[in-house]
Amino acid sequence: MAGAGEAGIAQYVDTTVSVITNDGRTIVGTLRGYDQATNLILDECHERVYSTKSGVEQLVLGLYVIRGDNIAVIGEVDDDKDSAIDYSQVRALPLKPVTH
Amino acid sequence: MLFYSYFKTLVGKEITVELKNDLAITGTLHSVDQYLNIKLNNIRVVNEQKYPHMLSVRACFVRGSVVRALSCYIVRKRERVRKGVRGA
Repeated sequence: MAGAGEAGIAQYVDTTVSVITNDGRTIVGTLRGYDQATNLILDECHERVYSTKSGVEQLVLGLYVIRGDNIAVIGEVDDDKDSAIDYSQVRALPLKPVTH
Repeated sequence: MLFYSYFKTLVGKEITVELKNDLAITGTLHSVDQYLNIKLNNIRVVNEQKYPHMLSVRACFVRGSVVRALSCYIVRKRERVRKGVRGA
């Protein structure tokens, strides 16, 4: 597995990550692999759909491979903090898409 | 290479990264690579009420291609205030 320079994401492998894509979606799953173009393999993942009308909706996606071009942020999730949040009560506008 | 070298001098400092989706993330700069991908530790999102999407995230990797701007101004200003520089 090739590292993406110094700022590699090797330390996130096999941990829960939250990926924000360029179209504003949030996908949470276990990072299984990556390469120098930030292509990702996410296992057991689900999408969190934010809306102002109801709480966060979680859609099960399964195994996902995301192309690096579409990735904005990869966040390392604190599992304890995450399970303490009641997502059915979280309301927010969806993130805006990335405009280059 | 100039920006890469400059960003490397900011490692360990607290910076704010503004993304092209208007999200702004403050954190300690952990590392930067040749694509200007950035890794931040101990992050917090500016305006968490509006953007609760990263509440459980403690560290993150920001792809260089989505960075709009990077700022260390507020932190520099805070340092000057602490040192008692006049006009800060």
